[in-house]
Amino acid sequence: MSVLDRIRGDKPTDMNRRGFLAIAGGAGVGLMVGLKPFAAEAEAAAGGIVQFNPFVKVSPDGAITVVVKHLDMGQGPTTGLATLIAEEMDADWSQMRTEFAPADNVVYANLAFKAQGTGGSTAMANSWEQYRTAGAAARAVLVKAAADKWQVSQGEITVAKGVLTHPSGKRGTYGEFAEAASKIPPPTGMAQETPYKEPEKFKLIGKEGFHRIDNDPKTDGTAIYTQDVKLPGMLVAVVAHPPRFGGKVKSFDDAEAKKVKGVERVVQIPQGVAVLAKNTFAAIKGRNALKVEWDDSAAEMRGSEELLKMAKEAVSKPGVATATNKGDAEGALAGAAKVIEAEYTFPYLAHAPMEPLNCVVDLKKDGARLIYGAQFQGIDQPTVAALTGLRPDQVKIETVWAGGSFGRRAVPTADYVTEAVMIAKAIDGANPVKLVWTREDDTKGGYYRPFYAHKVRAAIGADGMPVAWSHRIAGQSIFAGTALEAMAVKDGVDDTSVEGASNLAYAVPNLKVELTTLKVGVPVLWWRSVGHTHTAHVVETMIDELAHAAGKDPVEYRLALLKDKPRHTAALKLVAEKAGWGGKLEKGKGRGVAVHESFKSVVAQVVEVTIQKDGGVKVDRVVAAVDCGTVINPDVVRAQVEGGVGFGLGAALRNAITLDGGVVQEANFDSYEPLRMGDMPKVEVYTVVSQQPPTGIGEPGVPPLAPALANAIFSATGKRLRDLPLGDQKFTIA
Amino acid sequence: MIKLKINGQERSVDLDAETPLLWVLRDELGLTGTKFGCGVALCGACTVHMGGVATRSCQTPIGDVDGDIVTIEGLVGKDGSKEGHAVQAAWRALDVVQCGYCQSGQMMSAASLLAQNKKPTDDEITAAMNGNVCRCATYQRVRAAVHDAAKRLEA
Ligand code: FES
Ligand code: FES
Repeated sequence: MSVLDRIRGDKPTDMNRRGFLAIAGGAGVGLMVGLKPFAAEAEAAAGGIVQFNPFVKVSPDGAITVVVKHLDMGQGPTTGLATLIAEEMDADWSQMRTEFAPADNVVYANLAFKAQGTGGSTAMANSWEQYRTAGAAARAVLVKAAADKWQVSQGEITVAKGVLTHPSGKRGTYGEFAEAASKIPPPTGMAQETPYKEPEKFKLIGKEGFHRIDNDPKTDGTAIYTQDVKLPGMLVAVVAHPPRFGGKVKSFDDAEAKKVKGVERVVQIPQGVAVLAKNTFAAIKGRNALKVEWDDSAAEMRGSEELLKMAKEAVSKPGVATATNKGDAEGALAGAAKVIEAEYTFPYLAHAPMEPLNCVVDLKKDGARLIYGAQFQGIDQPTVAALTGLRPDQVKIETVWAGGSFGRRAVPTADYVTEAVMIAKAIDGANPVKLVWTREDDTKGGYYRPFYAHKVRAAIGADGMPVAWSHRIAGQSIFAGTALEAMAVKDGVDDTSVEGASNLAYAVPNLKVELTTLKVGVPVLWWRSVGHTHTAHVVETMIDELAHAAGKDPVEYRLALLKDKPRHTAALKLVAEKAGWGGKLEKGKGRGVAVHESFKSVVAQVVEVTIQKDGGVKVDRVVAAVDCGTVINPDVVRAQVEGGVGFGLGAALRNAITLDGGVVQEANFDSYEPLRMGDMPKVEVYTVVSQQPPTGIGEPGVPPLAPALANAIFSATGKRLRDLPLGDQKFTIA
Repeated sequence: MIKLKINGQERSVDLDAETPLLWVLRDELGLTGTKFGCGVALCGACTVHMGGVATRSCQTPIGDVDGDIVTIEGLVGKDGSKEGHAVQAAWRALDVVQCGYCQSGQMMSAASLLAQNKKPTDDEITAAMNGNVCRCATYQRVRAAVHDAAKRLEA
């Protein structure tokens, strides 16, 4: 059986490989895995660069360019995907380059979504086999080209650090053979038995000592983000948005705005009033000089207090929908000796990426060119096509580096992309347009992590172990009202509202998880780790309460309930060991633990805090243990967990988006202040050794942080943190 | 016409004196390494050197510019080496960057700190760098890289 047949037929349930083949076919690659050149003619014309398949290009100077189908917003897929290709090609890390893939919903689909997009911590997991196969395939034809030229057998050629050698002393580089290799037909009878390497032979995957591939452009100022794009004749657009969600323009007066030097046009769009100017400063000034009257007749007018009250009321009653029902939770609660009950609230949260939202559009009669940090091309491309009357293939999307996102750039409604396109339409495509949101626009622009209320009633038996757990959740659904609702909401349950609670890891015989979905006119969205941002907090602080009620050590208590969860157990044991769990603490210090699975990875954390003289909380140290399957880039894994800890901590300490009469009260980094250096604890990250395929890492570091912090505060003060954020609460030492 | 000296070059711009230096650098002069994060001196993404001192360019009207301006594009090492400034070398060695958007500002603040204080303590680093927000929370590595850059400068 040939390699290709094996890839095709060996594991029919293996979606990654089959997906690759379907994709390769869809791209017109011919049969498979890029063993025929992909668009080779066009590419060969440009400096002799040969594209071997949708993912690998080789240039005559030997540079290997990896086509990255995922947005890199800091989480590192450029480094990760280049690692996979370099590994399979036995390339030298220094010869690797990357470029972002164009929009193509088939060739560059995320195999986990079956559409092009980045999210759910899937970038490496869905690409794991696909990119290695692409690298192995490119290597095979290049080696064959060398064998043909040298008149030797392929099996005698070895490749190391990008250099091909033959025992006869012949040496060559991939660059030399690229052109010849591009003409080699699919080798159906390759001698090589496996399409890619066995883990024992890895030189890069899982190894230390080589650096992020984006270090240079991100340390010398040359990395281009959306904000940096400038096209000839381009105008910068800044938009006056309604102060309330759902508001509309009633009328506007642009006389003063038009007096601002540099302002060229003022146009009304469905999203508000756009001021277009020759430069950003003029556009901002022009926007500030606009006088707009708003029509709030369809706007959301409620404030945060009212909304939270509604959510709390909802969880005081049985839920509208049931997410999980195992055993008889109510019955067991009724007959239990000891019931512990608690309520929790979580605010709206803004993503607040460092680069406020923006998007560049050049709209022409026969096509549109968009340049931005595109995270959900599979949604954006058809959305733009529908708005403009173009075919999707006439909508070209060029992805550039994104200055963070945390989910904000992947939007089912394509909100900010739509806004940019509507401006371009309003001026008939007369100029390319760069839509720029200021920090205030970004903070007030909606698409928040939804607010939630939870109520848990848990019962423990005579042995202290839980016998029943009733968990009610109320809040907005992320998918409701979007094009993805039918796919994502089942029996009234949007999984993103309950994930992490509905699949409670702990062995509790009677479990009921109920959901009441609230309708509010504030747009909501996934925010780094989505539902786990709140479910993990509730589950992990409640289990801590139960452990204390049972008089047991919180780590031991968890382990006893995780007997059939080996990954949780391993992460928890590792974190306890590394953190020195159980060691003595000085008075005024506290230590808390949490473990949570999200995006198929398990992360356990131990947080250490000190209660300050003024009663404030200082987070000193966070130790994390991670099982994310095979570790591709150990340092990127550490960086993501360090960053996830910081991201989660900033939110837990002081972030909340609040509304007063429907108007968002926060605006800039004073009222919505991110974590700063002075708040950052010492973070240590350890990984559980695993041979399993890689799982998520961009998000899973976030969920355990807040509950571990809350448990640490409890251990120091005896007080439970159930309403987030912590804010400026003061504590006395227990 | 307002005359500015940026990265060693004389530039003159025909803009109102109130125009923030940030937008002149980015929109007029094409020096896009200096970033827009908040516009109101709360994040440090726009940090440049003015007369050698870390300065928020978003709150510096060009009419008030007093001293030579250096941006990330003009940051050079002692001997003008390819490695760049010690902070850039340290940032790469420690793989500090994630999304990278804040990092020009972080490095400009760090370079300014190290020019004034050859061996800053952790507290001094926090004091100098607390105004530089990183939403990716790379702070632990930023701190380590400042220490590393200090060592490189000493060598
Ligand atoms: S943009 Fe100047 S400090 Fe934020
Ligand atoms: S690296 Fe992303 S904001 Fe600092």
